[in-house]
Amino acid sequence: MTLSRQQIAVTIMLCLVAIAAGATKMDAPAVDTAFDARIRKLEGELRCLVCQNQTLADSNAELAGDLRREVRALASSGKTDDEIKAYLVARYGDFVLYNPPVKMTTWLLWGGPFALLVCGGLLWVSIGSRRGRSVAVTSPDVDAQIRARARLEGNDAA
Amino acid sequence: MKAARWSIPLAIFVVLLAFLWVGLGRDPREVPSPLIGKPAPAFALTRLHDPAATMSNADLKGKVWLLNVWASWCVSCRVEHPVLMQLAASKAVPVYGLDYKDQPDAGRAWLAQNGNPYAASLLDLDGRVGIDYGVYGVPETFVIDKQGVIRYKQIGPLTDEALQKTILPLVRELEK
Repeated sequence: MTLSRQQIAVTIMLCLVAIAAGATKMDAPAVDTAFDARIRKLEGELRCLVCQNQTLADSNAELAGDLRREVRALASSGKTDDEIKAYLVARYGDFVLYNPPVKMTTWLLWGGPFALLVCGGLLWVSIGSRRGRSVAVTSPDVDAQIRARARLEGNDAA
Repeated sequence: MKAARWSIPLAIFVVLLAFLWVGLGRDPREVPSPLIGKPAPAFALTRLHDPAATMSNADLKGKVWLLNVWASWCVSCRVEHPVLMQLAASKAVPVYGLDYKDQPDAGRAWLAQNGNPYAASLLDLDGRVGIDYGVYGVPETFVIDKQGVIRYKQIGPLTDEALQKTILPLVRELEK
């Protein structure tokens, strides 16, 4: 069977509609309770392992759905947030946490920006002091410029 | 002071280069498993080809074995399948399958069509055991030693290279 170009286009369009319909499907109707708010906050702090730049709350990946189910089950069985996070870290590593803990392997991650800030500050101070000195040296030139401008303006006025 | 003029940017450049060299060489999809060196999580699951029987990881104590996570819906599993078939034929190490979130009928049909490299396949219908093993991208393969400790995890399809260079030498080492 050969498909005409139009048939192919219609098929692709139907596929896209199906994908869009699937993408907007929600897991469960949102009920705004303190428990749900807590779960949502927790899911917002956990990473989806499949689409790694999304949180569990945002992700439509199937694994994210399973992990949300697991988080909810653990929370309703009375586990604290820290216990739930520990449960996931034991299986997937620190990577599941959007807020990684400070430890030996993450010192560069946490300390790096501050180290860069300090370096930048030192550089700024050293350049600033050097420029301060060079300004002092060139100030006669600046005076000369001012005098020259004054002369020019004087000529203009004349 | 003249030397510092170019040596500081050069130093920054070299450090940046080192970070990029290491960082870009890594696969961001490969999340190191915290389970390496830890006892394999316990399971007791129904066998794919014998739904009346269950099997647990305790049954495999004293053996070095591979746990290969697969599914009939998994596209990359087709890529690694010939490698698994070869491994099974060589009888170097028994491979057990974890049929992850699959329809049992579809799983059986898939193996009937493509060949069955597994000593046994176990059904993880709701993916709970997968979560216990930190599975996030099928296929994955675990090397488990005689004491039931996970020694290695391959994320993504098994390749001939990974088998020859990493997994089989490790298995030989663990069997000593």
